[in-house]
Amino acid sequence: MSLDNKKVKEIAYLARLNVQDSEIEQTASELNNILSLMDKLGDIDTGDSEPMAHPLKMSQRLREDKVSEEDMSKEFQEIAPKTGKGHFLVPTVIE
Amino acid sequence: MHNLTIAEQIKGLKNKDFSSQELTQHYLNRIHDSKLNAFISVTDDIALSQAKEADKKIASNESSILTGIPYAHKDIFCTQGVKTSAGSKMLDSFISPYDATVTKKLNHENMVMLGKTNMDEFAMGSSNENSYFGPVQNPWDVSKVPGGSSGGSAAAVAARISPFASGTDTGGSIRQPASLCGITGLKPTYGRISRYGMIAYASSLDQAGPMTRTAEDAAIVLNAMAGFDPNDSTSANKSVPDYTQGLTNNLDGLKIGLPTEYFSEGLDSGVEKVVMQSIKEYELMGAKIQEVSLPNSVHAIPAYYIVAPCECSSNLSRFDGVRYGYRCEDPKDLNDLYLRSRSEGFGEEVKRRIMIGTYALSAGYYDAYYLKAQKVRQLISEDFKKAFKKVDVIMGPVSPTAAFDLGSVKDPVSMYLADIYTLSVNLAGLPGMSIPAGFSNQLPVGLQIIGNHWSEELLLNVAHQFQIRTDWHNHSPADC
Amino acid sequence: MTWETVIGLEIHSQLRTKSKIFSGASTAFGSEPNTQACAVDLGFPGVLPVLNEEAVKMALRFGLSVNADINKNSIFARKNYFYPDLPKGYQISQFEIPIVGNGSIDITLDSGENKTVGITRAHLEEDAGKSIHDLYDDFTAIDLNRAGTPLLEIVSEPDMRSAKEAVAYAKKIHALVQYIDICDGNMQEGSFRCDANVSVRKQGEGLGTRAELKNINSFKFLEKAINIEVERQIDILEEGGSVVQETRLYDSIKNETRSMRSKEEANDYRYFPDPDLLPVAISDELLLEIKKELPELPTEKKLRFVDTLGLSHYDAEVLTSQKEVAEYFEEMIQQGADAKLSANWVMGDLSAALNKSQLEILDSPITSEELFQLISRITDNTISGKIAKDVFKLMWEGKGSVDEIIEKQGLKQMTDSSAIESIIDDVIANNPDQVQQFKDGNSKLLGFFVGQVMKASQGKANPKQVNQILNEKLS
Repeated sequence: MSLDNKKVKEIAYLARLNVQDSEIEQTASELNNILSLMDKLGDIDTGDSEPMAHPLKMSQRLREDKVSEEDMSKEFQEIAPKTGKGHFLVPTVIE
Repeated sequence: MHNLTIAEQIKGLKNKDFSSQELTQHYLNRIHDSKLNAFISVTDDIALSQAKEADKKIASNESSILTGIPYAHKDIFCTQGVKTSAGSKMLDSFISPYDATVTKKLNHENMVMLGKTNMDEFAMGSSNENSYFGPVQNPWDVSKVPGGSSGGSAAAVAARISPFASGTDTGGSIRQPASLCGITGLKPTYGRISRYGMIAYASSLDQAGPMTRTAEDAAIVLNAMAGFDPNDSTSANKSVPDYTQGLTNNLDGLKIGLPTEYFSEGLDSGVEKVVMQSIKEYELMGAKIQEVSLPNSVHAIPAYYIVAPCECSSNLSRFDGVRYGYRCEDPKDLNDLYLRSRSEGFGEEVKRRIMIGTYALSAGYYDAYYLKAQKVRQLISEDFKKAFKKVDVIMGPVSPTAAFDLGSVKDPVSMYLADIYTLSVNLAGLPGMSIPAGFSNQLPVGLQIIGNHWSEELLLNVAHQFQIRTDWHNHSPADC
Repeated sequence: MTWETVIGLEIHSQLRTKSKIFSGASTAFGSEPNTQACAVDLGFPGVLPVLNEEAVKMALRFGLSVNADINKNSIFARKNYFYPDLPKGYQISQFEIPIVGNGSIDITLDSGENKTVGITRAHLEEDAGKSIHDLYDDFTAIDLNRAGTPLLEIVSEPDMRSAKEAVAYAKKIHALVQYIDICDGNMQEGSFRCDANVSVRKQGEGLGTRAELKNINSFKFLEKAINIEVERQIDILEEGGSVVQETRLYDSIKNETRSMRSKEEANDYRYFPDPDLLPVAISDELLLEIKKELPELPTEKKLRFVDTLGLSHYDAEVLTSQKEVAEYFEEMIQQGADAKLSANWVMGDLSAALNKSQLEILDSPITSEELFQLISRITDNTISGKIAKDVFKLMWEGKGSVDEIIEKQGLKQMTDSSAIESIIDDVIANNPDQVQQFKDGNSKLLGFFVGQVMKASQGKANPKQVNQILNEKLS
């Protein structure tokens, strides 16, 4: 699979990363280089293998439904870039 | 003092040959004199206060085995009240409000944290050249890389500026730097050590582990690090044996498998020589060597470099400048906030892997890439299953070469290809070790020992016996 | 040109667990901002999710209540997108393998007919936080208290053919989730949210392009939103245009739907199984245990009311539509109350009084025991039905118990036949013209006589006896 500049821009935006126009060619080339390594996957015959999401055959443990966390809003907001009136602040979002 | 192993330091503290405060100050001095750039933060005040507390506990007989022993903590583990950067500009300002479980466990032993070690950014790299805080130098030759991503930890232990350092291994990041720096590194079975508070790179592959000079030291530390954690859903509810118990078992009759695929082209002849000599050592101990085949090994590279980027592209989405970490200046709107905070906060390799992962998960590509990679993962796992029916452990090289020059490998793909011997182990969730096995052109070479799930006791035993008969692990860089 | 409307609903029901689905923070409503958002909810580096067992049980209760397939190994998946109230940059949800599969539920249409609506699936996921746009001029404020609250997303088949059907379905689900105690159904607080997928097509054609309607927080608006959207789509199609697949917000003030400026231009969620969570295994034992604990469901209860208590379908439907109402009614029956009379009083006077005072039945000043006592006094002839209404009013105002009020107000019914007879004799004697007219054939005048007797007896004469004796005397 080969990426063209347009695709690179799309992917970058999906990941909320800036790729400057001046860098697009190089980024595309780097990514394509890496992807050609991945494309080798296509040649492998995986037969009817099940995809392996986890190395261990375990099921999800269930947690008892009880409140175990205290209010640490003060400590948490101390390290936040911008807060106000107990909220985290971002530039205005228009819905 | 710094030439003592942990086991010896434990005795020293017990016998009052020295105090924890003396030991700690000694290491802190060495750290401040070191130019290796192995540390991102040195926590002098915390260390000395922890040492003082440790000495109190030792004096009143309320101590545990590791009380008072100093260590270096990879900067990927959250430490409450202390900067936790993961080697990135994105978290340069992040003072963690909570402790990782591993941090808690080591604190519980009253160990002494010397500082947070340097690492490849978000654990992505094999040379520690991808750190926002500058590269780390290999103590054996400062023009060479220490390996990565736990390069700082490996260099610190090798240079004797810390007796033990914590590391993490997703594709080889404990074993490879251990090999390049001539120390002992253990990546346990996936699920053995809690991942809670360990900044995630690839969730189904990440695992913490000890980096020490000897296998005995690794066993002592593993006892403290391992265990079930209810805060981590992928943590195995399995009891922790005493890993120091089986170290001296006889290895007569041990069946060792050598994968054909690990000894083919691409392996440096100097490295191969060291590895084969180590195998002979095992034969002298009574082990039986046979060839095994791991036919899907070569597919580990594309499988890993799909699975890991996919998982990390999602794991790193939380770094958005909203609740913590780096935020760009004067964001004009929400998109600007995201785009600039992330682009300015992340380094190049991280951005590359995020983009690869984003692409591989995007509409239309999921089956061809992610799903396919997970199927290959199954095949690789089955290769090991088959092999372990015939042998007890598998041995081979850790890295195709010894340490290479800083700045010499510019092409990401070349860097990825060097992970060939370590990746499969993470994909299968198996435990693996690297132990010092000799030198090639005066640079350390490690021997990789791979075991079946939950065979850490056997691995440590196999490693320890080697370290009784050889003294590669006792060598130290020139100025130590 | 006959257009057919096709509607599917996606209902997000907040599960009333004490703690969040993946962390131990509290889910209580209305706390100070960000005081119930722990490290896991805030998506700090290194935190990990652990699944709340009660959320799983609640999802299973729902699945069993709609006769759905249960997936014995369901998977959590990440839905990736960027938004400030989504701390991790992904929502943990379920994609390919949800915990609850195909099921169905019956609804009763206005015509009285039954219709089965298919349920495609129901899955567990975490709620996002809240974005508040009017706290500051230049900033949007984020409150993450809600982030991590467990949601059950219930997806219906596109089986509904009108806004009314959609509302009937939504109401049925709304009642059900409260019945089985998994959701408090509070639409104002956002515990129960309905999104509608609406499309139109000509009879016999395949599905048209659908629009997703959001921001609907009442059943009334659900009906209006769907209707106005159907009109909009038909207008477009009749002019030869085509409907765009998009999300539209309902504006209740202007009664129109508006295209939403999308949260993320490219809606590629890049779903993949969450590697921090493992498959959720459901054992047969667990299912059996949950089935045993399920209360009698509304449909079963309704049938029982009809079969055993002899109520009409309509009455049974109304009484079982709300769990608390059904419970109130059943408490009366358990004490021996007459079913029909109880039904009339609960659905009539009690319901009216509650509505007027804006109270829920749980807060009714007249308990089920007290209402039972009241209607007992009707059945034992102590008072008439009409007088009972006055007694009810006084009870509502807290003026005492049934018997105390009857005693104090002297409301006891007159049942002494000779006393009634004597009043009737007086009325007949005092109204000779009307008597004559009645005997001449004006039977409507019976009402007049009854009225006069009631007036003379201050309403206390037993109406049945009055009628009986009047008829005897006037014939």
